[in-house]
Amino acid sequence: MPTFVYMTRCDGCGECVDICPSDIMHIDPTYRRAYNIEPNFCWECYSCVKACPQHAIDVRGYADFAPLGHSVRVRREEEKNTISWKVTFRDGREKNFVSPIRTTPWGSIEDPKDFPGPTPEQFATQELWQEPDALHIDALPTLAGKVKV
Amino acid sequence: MGWFNSRKTITVESDVLVVGGGFAGCGATYEAGHWGRDMKVVVVEKANIERSGAVAQGLYAINCYMGMQWDENQPEDHVRYARSDLMGLVREDLGYDIARHVDSTVHKFDEWGLPMMKDPETGRYQREGKWQIMIHGESYKPIIAEAARKSATEVYNRIMVTHLLTDKKNPNRVAGAVGFSVRSGDFYVFKAKAVVIGAGGASHIFRPRSVGEGMGRTWYAPWSSASAYGLPLPIGAKMTQMENRIVLARFKDGYGPVGAYFLHLKTYTKNAYGEEYESKWYDETKEIVGDYIDQTPMPTCLRNHAMLREMQTGGGPIYMETREAFQDPHKEQVGWENFLGMTIGQAVLWASQNIDPKERMSELTTSEPYVMGSHATCSGAWTSGPEDYAPADYRWGYNRMMTVEGLFAAGDACGGTAHKFSSGSFTEGRIAGKAAVNYIKDLGETPQFDNAEIDRLKTVVYQPMENYDVGRNEIVAGTVSPSYISPLQGLQRLEKIMDEYCGGTSTGYMTNEPMLERGLELLQFLKEDIDHLGADSLHQLMRAWELNHRVWASESVTHHTRFRTETRWPGYYYRADHPKLDDEDWHCFTLGRYNPDSKDWEMEKAPAHHIID
Repeated sequence: MPTFVYMTRCDGCGECVDICPSDIMHIDPTYRRAYNIEPNFCWECYSCVKACPQHAIDVRGYADFAPLGHSVRVRREEEKNTISWKVTFRDGREKNFVSPIRTTPWGSIEDPKDFPGPTPEQFATQELWQEPDALHIDALPTLAGKVKV
Repeated sequence: MGWFNSRKTITVESDVLVVGGGFAGCGATYEAGHWGRDMKVVVVEKANIERSGAVAQGLYAINCYMGMQWDENQPEDHVRYARSDLMGLVREDLGYDIARHVDSTVHKFDEWGLPMMKDPETGRYQREGKWQIMIHGESYKPIIAEAARKSATEVYNRIMVTHLLTDKKNPNRVAGAVGFSVRSGDFYVFKAKAVVIGAGGASHIFRPRSVGEGMGRTWYAPWSSASAYGLPLPIGAKMTQMENRIVLARFKDGYGPVGAYFLHLKTYTKNAYGEEYESKWYDETKEIVGDYIDQTPMPTCLRNHAMLREMQTGGGPIYMETREAFQDPHKEQVGWENFLGMTIGQAVLWASQNIDPKERMSELTTSEPYVMGSHATCSGAWTSGPEDYAPADYRWGYNRMMTVEGLFAAGDACGGTAHKFSSGSFTEGRIAGKAAVNYIKDLGETPQFDNAEIDRLKTVVYQPMENYDVGRNEIVAGTVSPSYISPLQGLQRLEKIMDEYCGGTSTGYMTNEPMLERGLELLQFLKEDIDHLGADSLHQLMRAWELNHRVWASESVTHHTRFRTETRWPGYYYRADHPKLDDEDWHCFTLGRYNPDSKDWEMEKAPAHHIID
């Protein structure tokens, strides 16, 4: 189900071009609006659909196996930290779903370098940063001394 | 030499270079930032790390979490599970290493803001199965990318890395990488003291079942272009278990995942006539694999085998019985959100075909094969094990270092470590990131660069555009040229060869020695022809190099498949000339290496040490 772009909604901002993992959303040089240059390399991941500020991008199921007349629309709202889906069947039935996307403010993850650096001894251990505390157990498990080969 | 020679060359100096910004690459970047505070940690990604790699679309479960804090599982248990699922063959030292660290990774994800579902009674993470916990993971990748960006010194998006560089004095030591900007077309030279390969495994080396507009609807992402193997192979890194391709039993065409359906929703499969069919194939399968079929849970490949046999003998379509579970509104919601969170195309397919799983069952099938190292399969580089307990013959350097000095592997790139999934890949990246910093700290002389080689690569990288510019003037218009083929034309040739000779869907995953020999002959033609790819744009130049990496991986897969003269994983592939599992000769790893000096492929066996009882 490759993506396509509605002519009247796209303003050519390029957010979809910037996000597409497959590099298939490009700006058409004549119309100055985005379009899918390679539908057969589209994974229908919806990254561009979610990123489009104009909601100009939609998906039509792969012509090989998906009959026409359906839609799966999405609204991803970082300010509310939710994603909302509306699934419309070919026969008109609808289903709606809303899920959380994050429990903390965007940008709130801290740089490890803002914490105290490793001691010289820590380099020689098998512990990763903040272990064993981050494991929520007393010590990092090991097979040292138990391996007989 | 044409206009491309006017491309700028941009040189980026770094200490740790991370190639690929998916889960493994983000893990390596994050951890290296902590241990290598005085070092420059650079991550380079062909797309945008915000939504790149296999988790770009999101996930609805974390499939590798021990729960050691609640004594749910211990690392040893996970090794036993992965070993049994892979028919006895995993690197137990590496698997244990991931399992003992993975909980700290998942706790970080929780702290960073990934919505974790909780069991309302216990308050613990909601289990989907023994190893899986459930999440609302639409933004799984953006959250992980944020952590990597915070920790990295520099992030380079939209740079396709094409080749690794080696030290002028020691060709078995990595010195960096080169590539090009898919946006500006500039040539990039990344100089590095250590390189972590976090790049992706391989979709689209076997012909997919959907070949028209739908060819992008592969199970693994179409942008997983085998760079995990295509980068290290040409400089001589040793690979392991490349024959161990994976076939997935999934919802037909949409490839919607079945894990939550089986484990949490308790839906189940039946044949076209409403019958349970797995037990029917028990005796026949036992003939092939012996006692391995009696393991619990039944290995993934053997479940595939039963489904395949049922379809081959007229029992299809195979259905997932969803109607009972979906009467429960909570389960119905979980079933839909599961797809919307990670395989939206399946929801689109159901909507288009008026399939409401509350009322109708849905077809399942087996996918085309994939080559990767993080799911129920373990293709990838042969790497050094953990310093504190790895057996001596599994340890020659720093943890996760390949057989090339200074070159590290994580995620799909690291072989022998099945069932790590997203959390385990990030964890393996962290392990490799710390090891790379330790390697650099102990390093004497820094690598020397061969400027003539860098100049040569600059010409090689843009050659497909040159080929097109010259060749297009030979013809009036259209896509048929006697002088070049497009990346898509080359890809379709590769997929046809691999499908027809190396065990794809068209032969029912069957191959044999003469087919593999013929496949290698045809791959050799293709390998010569990819020097004549024609790219009309920077985007197509990226496709050209993706194809190059896929061809390298395919050659390796074919050599490994030929070397292992047994059928170890029926349901993944069959050697018709060696139709049974053969523990006497083949309870071991296959190691394969392209020798850059002789240009030969060298195959050998390595012992499978069982260090866990």
